[in-house]
This record gives sequence, structure tokens and C-alpha cells, in this order.
Amino acid sequence: MTDRATPAAPKGDPASGTVAHRRTSYNDFVIRFANVNGSGSASANGMFAKALFRMGIPVATRNIFPSNIEGLPTWFEVRVSEKGYAGRREGIDIMVAMNAETFTEDIESIVAGGYLLYDNSKELDVRLRRSDINLVGVPISQLVLPEFPNPKHRALFKNIVYLGALSALINIDFEVITGMVSAQYKGKDDLIAPNIHALQIGRNYVLDYLDGPLPIQVRYSNAASDKILVDGNAAAAIGAIYGGATVCAWYPITPSTSLAEAFEQYCNRLRVDDNGERNFAIIQAEDELAAMGIVIGAGWNGARAFTATSGPGLSLMTEFLGLAYFAEIPAVLWDIQRAGPSTGMPTRTQQGDLLSAAYASHGDTRHPLLFPSTPNECFDFAVTALDLADRLQTPILVMSDLELGMNDNMADPFTWDDARRLDRGKVLRADDLEKIETFGRYLDVDGDGIGYRTLPGTHPEKGAFFTRGTSRDEYAAYTEAPEAYSANMDRLLKKWETARELVPAPVLEDEGRAVGIMFYGTTALPIPEALDRLAEDGVELDTMRIRSFPFTDDVRDFIDTHEIVFLAEQNRDAQMKTLLVNDLGVDPSRIDSVLYYGGFSISADTIYEQVSAKLVQYNVPRLRAVGGGGGRGAVPRKGREYRR
Amino acid sequence: MTFVAKPRVRHPLLPVNELGLTRRDYEGSVSTLCAGCGHDSVSAAIVQACAELSLPPHKFAKVSGIGCSSKTPSYFLSHSHGFNSVHGRMPSVATGANLANRELYCIGVSGDGDSASIGIGQFAHIVRRRINMLYIVDNNGTYGLTKGQFSATNDKGSTSKRGVPNLYEPIDLVSMALQIGASFVARSFSGDKRQLVPLIQAGLMHKGFAFIDVISPCVAFNNHNGSTKSYDYVRGHTERLVSADYIAAGEEITVDYESGMLEDVAMPDGSTLRLRKVDEDYDPRDRVQALTQVQRSAEAGEVVTGLLYVDADAADCHDVLGTPATPLNALDDSVLCPGAEALEGVNAQLR
Repeated sequence: MTDRATPAAPKGDPASGTVAHRRTSYNDFVIRFANVNGSGSASANGMFAKALFRMGIPVATRNIFPSNIEGLPTWFEVRVSEKGYAGRREGIDIMVAMNAETFTEDIESIVAGGYLLYDNSKELDVRLRRSDINLVGVPISQLVLPEFPNPKHRALFKNIVYLGALSALINIDFEVITGMVSAQYKGKDDLIAPNIHALQIGRNYVLDYLDGPLPIQVRYSNAASDKILVDGNAAAAIGAIYGGATVCAWYPITPSTSLAEAFEQYCNRLRVDDNGERNFAIIQAEDELAAMGIVIGAGWNGARAFTATSGPGLSLMTEFLGLAYFAEIPAVLWDIQRAGPSTGMPTRTQQGDLLSAAYASHGDTRHPLLFPSTPNECFDFAVTALDLADRLQTPILVMSDLELGMNDNMADPFTWDDARRLDRGKVLRADDLEKIETFGRYLDVDGDGIGYRTLPGTHPEKGAFFTRGTSRDEYAAYTEAPEAYSANMDRLLKKWETARELVPAPVLEDEGRAVGIMFYGTTALPIPEALDRLAEDGVELDTMRIRSFPFTDDVRDFIDTHEIVFLAEQNRDAQMKTLLVNDLGVDPSRIDSVLYYGGFSISADTIYEQVSAKLVQYNVPRLRAVGGGGGRGAVPRKGREYRR
Repeated sequence: MTFVAKPRVRHPLLPVNELGLTRRDYEGSVSTLCAGCGHDSVSAAIVQACAELSLPPHKFAKVSGIGCSSKTPSYFLSHSHGFNSVHGRMPSVATGANLANRELYCIGVSGDGDSASIGIGQFAHIVRRRINMLYIVDNNGTYGLTKGQFSATNDKGSTSKRGVPNLYEPIDLVSMALQIGASFVARSFSGDKRQLVPLIQAGLMHKGFAFIDVISPCVAFNNHNGSTKSYDYVRGHTERLVSADYIAAGEEITVDYESGMLEDVAMPDGSTLRLRKVDEDYDPRDRVQALTQVQRSAEAGEVVTGLLYVDADAADCHDVLGTPATPLNALDDSVLCPGAEALEGVNAQLR
């Protein structure tokens, strides 16, 4: 690496420039596009990711965007990883810097030896130059000026020009990109030729004037060849359709909006009869209170219903959630978490709603939570949540986040077993009512804390009852008798224990090591990379991915059987740890938190560094950070008394 | 509040309706409201209306919010399910219930605190959404359950029991409903059963959102001199504008009123709504005129009652959404779940 103070090379430098030689690597880099919000860059950036994906290369995308429609900075990051690392890694290998406003910080974020692709129609300010990175100048503004007379088109085609340039710089199969352009503008054929022309302008400039390709390249792979590329919100929406949801009530709020919108889009495709009848009802409500009320009204009346919201909406739904808990009405709520409290950072990700979701409402209340990590789990849990809501007659909250919900992630193709039947839970039909002596809505007939319910209009004489948020006896009659109230609250606790048996179990990889790490939701994404790096230091960890609250016995066992237990999460207050302490009664000092709450998704670097520091403190051996050297084979086993 | 079951004994001379049921089959548990409460008269009117229409007593969804009015669904139609929900949020629960099963008759009972204050947003939006239901507000201008605070429908200058005048402008839910697009808007008085029962029948059979604001005096906290929601005041200041009779399909229609004052409105189900007007020039199908009339009367300290506006051909929410005739809660898994093959198509588009 050269000294940063050294004057950099003049403009238009070929990629091989002034920086120390970098060995050619394939399918392993982070590229970030810095754009202006509303400039049409999203389409070009999306095509970039999809082109790599179509070459069979694993990609994970991240939109880093402001709470704004036009004019503010926005970034699009693609993690390209042959190994399939989907989490965030610090440092940018290739920066496509198209926003003058953020130019300085964008240049600073490039790793030493990395590449800056910029528009050198104007000479780069000397003060911005870094001698330890490579400059790749393409005069994009000059190139488009004579080709596209309309200024609006010119601005849009600049994005396509850099995409064309990149195709030559990192060896993207040009046919793949042109094929995507043709597919994207199918039906608007007059747009195809100018787009391909713009691609060629960028590509040809690189081929003609620069020494390419860069040592950072892509090549065809099989790693992603049987995969799909989808965001978690769309996956959840598709899952809700397969799970039989007919009513969706929602209020627009980032980052959950696209879930409801995807539900409508896929319903229009998958739920419309041949005669045009729509087997679904979607209401954009006046606020989140109404959205939840609609879900509860529909659930009470036997339709599968859900809402999607984020933290502020969850706060507004709190009173209704208490009603649904106490009156025992099925409901599903998707919380696509963002950074709070209050408006917080509305376009940044976080896992900060666990406590407010788990205990939403006044009085003694608790709600089962599900924690999806992947688009596949968004699909599966959408069905599971609807089944559980009907089975347990209570709200089920699915805790996704912006990172999972709004970014395209590589996933396995969705699958469905046509033999699978939806679990509608304990609902008595007219003929069932004929067979029973007395109907008591809140009688614990089966000893699992769950009563039998009836739907309005079922039977002329039997089964009608009054649903209320006020205290009642087993026959749904109002009462303030202390025994009746307490018995009902105790039965709800029994139901909680039933829920513990039914919610998705954690995913365990337990090889009997001394150190374990727990995590959930999108914190799982960078874990494989963090673990690989720790293993290189000679420390291997057992893992447990928590998938639900309440916790199963596996969770307690994992904590009990590991000497050192980490819990990684994306909030300040270690909210999952609080839930563990509350629900299992574990000793809080048994859990070491790994926390990140800056608004981006937690990176492999953060996990690696925080875990490493703690292991040093605990004298766990063979860490490169302390002793140098390191290497595989020195795995800390159980029974060595590392802690204190 | 207690839950008292009435004895199921039928007097042999009680008349039966087309279903062979008596009025007792449409009643609920014993009311726990104050003796003389207007709300009990409204419940009784609902019982009579449903019995006379020969509607199956278990085919209703009764929904309410919180307050004295919202307790009343216990006091009628005990063979139907009821849902006493959250303060001010009945409209959203009613919306969900109606979306799930469009075949049930949906009756929502709310109060002036429930609909004009905490729930005014939900009230406005259920009107917009055209949910097919009968929405009754038992309007007494006061918070009864919390002992007599002014509500938002209380007239400016109307006094509390202690003689303190209300300083704020009233919210008129009838004007709101007219302005936002309700297709059936009426006002009545709990003490005027002859007017109220046919209005409830017409509202129940109306397709779309039917709203009846019923002035229903609170005998405990708002029935004194100086109150504009007392029995005496309302009786002395009511102007009956349009009375409505619901005439079922096939029933003989007789004319016993002078022409020009009589108007028949054909309902989509083949029934007829016979409107009897006091003023020949009043057109109950003119929304703007209805609004003007209501405002003028309010200015003069009068309460206009009757069916003030009706659009018998209006679309309801299910029409707007394009849902099937089969209730959504009755759709089979095979209809709801598109299956593995369709999912392959979804996957293909995501590659």
C-alpha cells in the first residue's frame, strides 16, 4: 500500500493504476452504488444484481435509503460471495460514486486496494484523492451528451452507462444484461434499443480506453443456479396466500408497506376466479388501530386475517392486541422492524420491538413471537403464524425487519405440499353443537388451555356467546368474581405452555464445544462468515438460532450446557436476553451480549470483534488477536473452566 | 352489570312471525341500564323490528365499542354472537366481521362518546368504506358510565346537571355521515317507537352503510331542564321530516296518504321503502338538500327526524372489492391455496 499523502495519478488512469498489485479474485467482493434518490438508479442497480444472480453467483443486496422520495443520497450495496455469505461485511471493494454530495465519504469507505468508479467528465478534486485506491474514470456525462438530446433521458441513461462499463470492468456476460433489458421493456420495445445503446457506450469506453478487466471479477458459477431472488416481504405475502389469509388490513408504513402491496399483487394473480371474483379483501385502513381492529373482526368471524406494520404501528395496535389476547381471537401481525424509538431512523433496520411486541397491552399479557431469518422462513412462517393463531386463538406476531423485508435475498425455491391442510383450530360447526350437552366458550375441555369457539351464525339455538374484553366466566358471562377472573388468567398461562410446544423449535448446531452463540432473525445472516473467521483463529462455536418466543427446552439446555454463551442481536438493550430471563428464569450473567444498533444490518466484523474481545477476557486460547499464529485444531471443548 | 337469563316461557297468545317465532325469541338478557334509559327503548325497537321482519335471530353479528350504549347488544338477539370491543373502535371490528361473512346482518351500536370523540376517525372511515351494516348511535350527549361529563354531541350552551353550560360546538354525526357519503342517513328519538322501528327495518334491509342517530336521553345525567338531550326538550323540538315504512317484497302496498307527500323507493331485494314526507319539496334522495335542512334546523334549535337521505342503489364494500357471493370465511382450502404447481410459476418469475 502506498502512503495516502502521495499525490495520486492523473484522471483517466487505467485500472491497473498506482496501487499495489491485487491478485485476481472471482465472485467475492462488495460493491456499492452511491446515487441520488429518485434518479432512476434503482432499476440499473437491480439489473446489476440480477445479472450476477443469473450467472449463478450468490448475491445479497442492500438498499440504504433515506426517508425521502427525491434528491437525497441513497446507496445500493451488493455482497457477491461464492461461499454464499449473505451478511454484511465492512468495507467497499468497488464504489460506483455517482452522487457529488456524498463523494467524500464514499471515497473514504473504500478498502485499501479497492476501486472507485466515477464520472471523470470533470477532473477529480485533488483533495479527494486517495493514493491507496484505484481510480477508474469514465466520462459518463460527456459520453451521453451527444447521444441523448433529452436531458431527462440523459440523466436516466447515465445509470445504464455505468452498468455497461461495469460489465466490461468485472466481466459480466453482456448477453445476460442485454437479455434482461429486452425482458424488462417487453411491450415498450422503443425503449430497448436506446438502453442497449447506453450499455454499449459504457462498455465500449472501458474496452477502448482502459486496461481491463479489474482483478475483481465475476465468472459463471453453480452456487446460485437453482435459487430464487426475493425479498422477505414478498415471500411473506406469498406465504399468506398459501396460508389461506383472505383479509389483509394495513396502513402504509416503511418498511412494511411492500408486504401488503405484494399481497395484493400476488392475490390478483393467484386468488382471482375465472369469473373475475376476488377471493380476498384488502383494506388500506385509516390508521394502524383500525387495521388491527379489522383483523380482529375478521378473525372473530372466521376469516384468516393479518396486518403488516412497523414499530410505531405496533404501538398503536397495542390496546387491540390486549383485547385479542384476552378475548382469545386469532390474528397475525407482521412487524417489519425499523430503528426506533419514535420515528427513529425509519429507513434503517433494527430488532428493537421485541419487548413491546411480546408484552403489547396493559395488564398481564404475552404474545407468541416468530423470528424468520430468510425469505423461505418468511413464506413458511406466514402459513405457520396463521395456523398457530387459529390453533391458539391468540395474536401471533412475526418479527421480521427492514433488512429481511425490503432487500432481495437469495433463497431456495418456495415449495408446497399439496397434501398439507390448514389447521383451523378448535371451531365447532352446527353438527358438532348438536352433539354436545352444554357449550362453554372458555371451558378447558382438553386440558390445554384452549377452549372451543363458534362462529357467528352457526346454529339457530346453540353456541352463540358474547365476546368481550371484560372479565367473564367459562360460559362467556360477565363476572367480576375474583376466582373466575384468576382461573381465566391461569388458563391463559396454561395456553402459553401449550404454545411452547407448538412454536418453531430453534435450529441447533451443537458439537459439544465450550462456547456457544445464540442469534435470531437477520442477525443470522453474517454468522457463517463471523464463525469462519473465528475458526481461523482457532475458536469454534456451537450455534443456536432462536425462532420463536416462548422458548422451548432446547433453548434452556443450550444455555445450561455451554460455559460461554453469546447472544447476538440488533438493539441497544439486549431485548432477547430480557425475554430469556423472563421466560426461562436464566441467570442474566450467563449470557454475554453481542450488540449492534447503528441502523445498518449487523456485520460479520462486528460479531467477530465483540466475540473475540470477550474470549480474550475469558482466556480462551489460540486467538490470533492475542498470541499471533492461531490456526485450526485448537477448539475449546467443554469442561475447561474458561470463564473467571 | 350482570348476566341474567330471562325465563324461556312463552305466553300461548303471543303472536308468531313467518318463522314461527315470537318477539321473545329476539330478545336478549335483562338490561342493567338505569330504569328509563333511552337505550333500552332502542334495544326494544331492534327486537320488534327484527321479529316483524322474520329474520333468523342467529344470523346477526352484533358489534359495539365501550360505554352504556355499547352494553346494549347483550339485551337483544341472544341467539346471535356479539362483540363488545374497544372504545371507539367498533367500526373497524364491524368492517372485519363484514368482510369475513357478508351473509350476516351486521348491527353496530355505539354512543356519542364512542363515535363522536374517541372513535370519530373510525366512524368517518367506515362511512367511506360503505360497509353493509346498520350503525346506530344512542346519542345522549353525555358520558354516562363515567358519571355525566359532556360529550362532543352536546349542544353549545346546553347545561350539565349542576347547571354548568357546555362551551364547545357540537359535532353532528348525521351531517358527517351525509357529507362523507353514507347511503342511508336517519335521525330518530328513542321515545318515538312508531318512527324508529320502521327506520331500523329499512336500515337493516338497506344494502350499504345505514346510519341512524337516535337521540336517547340519559335519565341519570342529562335529562334535566337546560339540557337539549332531555325527553322534554326533544319532544318539544322535534320536526318529523320523512317517515319511512319498510314493505317486504310481495306484500300488498296500499295508499293511505295524499299523493305528492308519498314516495316509494324500490330496494334491490325487491322490497319497497315507502317514504311519507311532511314537506312536499323535500327530496330524500338529494344529499345536498338533506345537509342544508339538517343544518338549518339545528340553527333554529330544532331536531329534524326521519329518513333524511337514502340511495337505494348504492354499492357496498363487497361490490367495490369484487368479492364472491360465498362468504370469505366459508371458502374452501382448495380455493384459498393455489397449490404447488402455481408456486412453481411464482418461483420461475423470481429466477
